[in-house]
Amino acid sequence: MNSQVIFLLLAALSILSALFVVFSKSPIYSVLWLIVCFFSIAGHYVILNAQFLAIVHIIVYTGAIMVLMLFTVMLLNLNKESEPHKSIIYKGTAVVTGGMLMLVLLAAMRSTELSAYSVPAATDAGFVQNVGMKLFTDFLLPFEMTSVLFLAAMIGAAVLAKKDVH
Amino acid sequence: MNLPIEQTNPQNWYLVLSTILFSIGVMGVLMRRNALIILMCIELMLNSVNLLLVSFSAYAGNTEGQVFVFFIMVVAAAEVAVGLALLVSIYRNIGTTDIDILSKLKW
Amino acid sequence: MDNFLALTKLITPASLVALFPLLGFFVTSLFGKSLKHASGWIASGMILLSFICSLFLFLNLPTGASLNFNLLEWMKWGNITLSFGILIDPLSLVMLLVITGIGFLIHLYSIGYMHHDEGFSRFFAYLNLFIFFMLILVLGNSYLVMFIGWEGVGLCSYLLIGFWFKNDAYNDAAKKAFIMNRIGDLGFLLGIFFMLFYFGGLDFLTVNEAIKAYPINNIIIVAVTLLLFVGAMGKSAQIPLYTWLPDAMAGPTPVSALIHAATMVTAGIYMICRSNLLFAMAPHTLEVVMWVGVATSIFAAIIGIKQNDIKKVLAYSTVSQLGLMFAALGMGAFESGMFHVVTHAFFKALLFLGAGSVIHAMGGEQDVRQMGGLWKYIRITSMTFLIGTIAISGIPPLAGFFSKDEILAAAYNSHKEVWVLLSISSMITAFYMFRVFFLTFSNSFRGTEEQKHHIHESPWTMTVPLSILAILAAIAGFWGLPAVTGQTHLFSAYLKPVFEGSKAILGEAHEADHATELMLMGIAVLAAAISFGVAWKFYISSKIVPEPDSETKGFAKWVANKFYIDELYDNVIVKPMMVISDILFVLIDKLVVDLVVMATAWIVGFTGRTLRLVQTGNAGFYLFAMVIGMMILMFIQLVY
Repeated sequence: MNSQVIFLLLAALSILSALFVVFSKSPIYSVLWLIVCFFSIAGHYVILNAQFLAIVHIIVYTGAIMVLMLFTVMLLNLNKESEPHKSIIYKGTAVVTGGMLMLVLLAAMRSTELSAYSVPAATDAGFVQNVGMKLFTDFLLPFEMTSVLFLAAMIGAAVLAKKDVH
Repeated sequence: MNLPIEQTNPQNWYLVLSTILFSIGVMGVLMRRNALIILMCIELMLNSVNLLLVSFSAYAGNTEGQVFVFFIMVVAAAEVAVGLALLVSIYRNIGTTDIDILSKLKW
Repeated sequence: MDNFLALTKLITPASLVALFPLLGFFVTSLFGKSLKHASGWIASGMILLSFICSLFLFLNLPTGASLNFNLLEWMKWGNITLSFGILIDPLSLVMLLVITGIGFLIHLYSIGYMHHDEGFSRFFAYLNLFIFFMLILVLGNSYLVMFIGWEGVGLCSYLLIGFWFKNDAYNDAAKKAFIMNRIGDLGFLLGIFFMLFYFGGLDFLTVNEAIKAYPINNIIIVAVTLLLFVGAMGKSAQIPLYTWLPDAMAGPTPVSALIHAATMVTAGIYMICRSNLLFAMAPHTLEVVMWVGVATSIFAAIIGIKQNDIKKVLAYSTVSQLGLMFAALGMGAFESGMFHVVTHAFFKALLFLGAGSVIHAMGGEQDVRQMGGLWKYIRITSMTFLIGTIAISGIPPLAGFFSKDEILAAAYNSHKEVWVLLSISSMITAFYMFRVFFLTFSNSFRGTEEQKHHIHESPWTMTVPLSILAILAAIAGFWGLPAVTGQTHLFSAYLKPVFEGSKAILGEAHEADHATELMLMGIAVLAAAISFGVAWKFYISSKIVPEPDSETKGFAKWVANKFYIDELYDNVIVKPMMVISDILFVLIDKLVVDLVVMATAWIVGFTGRTLRLVQTGNAGFYLFAMVIGMMILMFIQLVY
């Protein structure tokens, strides 16, 4: 009973904040609503026993990525007045398309069989020690490769955003 | 609650939640003209997938799903960095972040 | 068993015989420019090698045996298999020896004759290719292989007649030859289709087996043989498909000698001899063959009387002699026909080469009214030409007498009216041949002064073949001595196994007694002597010279203009066909074919123009399209 209530609350929060992200008029508001959404998803992670991921999620996404976006919004001086809008037809079509996509995906799910996963025993797989063990033994190579990836991304971002020096 | 938490909700709920979040993200991508908002909606889509993967890992009882999510986050972070750099340099060129203006690759 | 071993030894030379000329063709055509005059010797050498192989085969083939083997399997469906194979038996060996032997002599001759021509290597390439196809024709063990050779020699005939392609009239002559051949080929091809359908195979063994089940004169067999005869009519210039042969004299003289005297035109006769069992089962067709042969023989002989071009006379003479050979075949005297083929090859090639030598001496002049008195200037040519003339007139003991006499004897024994007509034809032949001889070589020279200075004997490459052929024309008769002399007829004995089947069906030709034979021989010699006397009176005693073309009148004008047959064909067949093809061009070519092609192109263009409008360049639109596409894919995967 408890877990149901918590799940429904968190789910409602996620969906609402996602809707506000999409339909907000000002970009700042969108960013802030997205932060709320991320927090709700971190909550989902917690009740799913993925504790390490929950913390990492908050640190990386809300702490780094959203802050980066906020910086960009402020740098580009985006606000409600300068926000371009599509005509109402496009907006309507977009909503309809998104809705249809949702329906198709849900319909696809109806034909799958997930009974094996319905009610599992509790597992401590998401605890920090276990994730750590996994990362540093089975997945060591991808783990090290990500550092190379970050290096490339950093250099790329720095080169791209430089001002043209004649 | 005792740790670890036992999952009593059926898995389908997470599937549905993830699908709804994903379609909201798609709606956002198609509806908004501001490049930055589009990027944010892409993040939203990525997160819906992350949620789904973590739920699978919890319900199957192994760590693979979470490790995968870890790497998705890594890639998302790198992608946002490069994407924002691109956005800034476009802004420098055309003075706005409206994607409808970038239509030179037409027939 | 010995036979088997002996035969297997012959497989390699049998396969090689046809390959030497092919090799010669490739070498002379690819390297002709750098080889220049060496290509003539190379080409001749190749034919000499083929001749040696044929000689080897001839000497080593066990009597009564034949070698039949398949080189590769070509097509196969159901239980019908068509293969490419070789058959060596006495008939094909006779043809092989004639083709390679005379072919070699003519190659040698051409080295001298074409010496100054700029297409020297090309000429030898074509000649070698021709010999290759002709060998395929006679070596084949099925109608299909024969047909390949048949078509190939038609092609080479076209290439060689139109050799001096810068002249439009020569090109027209080449086209005419090819097209008339094609008409015959259509008949041959239809015959092949019938055979495939009814007899289930095309090689000679299968066909000969299959027809044993049919009654004599069954409509199918008659149809097949008539169609095959149409093919023979086209290739061997019988009425009505003979008009290409006189025009084919546009080609160089060695070509006329090789193709239109000794080899290609005899392909029709070879084909009928090869199918002797088939034709023996259809006596109705044999009647047709005989009468066509007789009609052609007389008709062409009459035209030959008034011809003034030395080569045209020989051309009509060839048509006439071929008619004689077909008449022989029509009477069931297959060996006599083949014997006449061999002797005719010798003396006709001799006459053509001699004519070439005369033309060479006269610096290109071909009209006999400009010649005369050449006897004292070009001795060797004159003597060999005389031997050829005597041979063709049927005067003993030269070859022509024996072969013609055999045919006339067979005619007397079966259809007396045919005997009368053929004798008349022989008389006319003797007359016009001696007419040509006297006009060319006797009395005094009638040409211009500068032509007179130019007259010279030909080089050794030209006179040696002439001499060899003259010797052969003189002695070849002794291979076929008639029964009355008490010696065996070597030629018939050699070819006996080939014609056994047809002899059994047609019944042994009823031999006349010796007295009748001697009487017939006497009549023939007397007829020839009368013709000689008439010719002497006209052209030596009275020194008559034929009038210029503009002065010919009355019946003579009709004869001189070949009875206007060419003009008839032109108006009745060629002109309507041109009109029809013009109509079809506008109707079908422009309106249907062009329309389809243009429409296809237009559709492609239209689709391109429409589809490019999708590329709007708008990123938002692209995203939208992506999502829609993804959804459709997922939907399809869901539903199916």
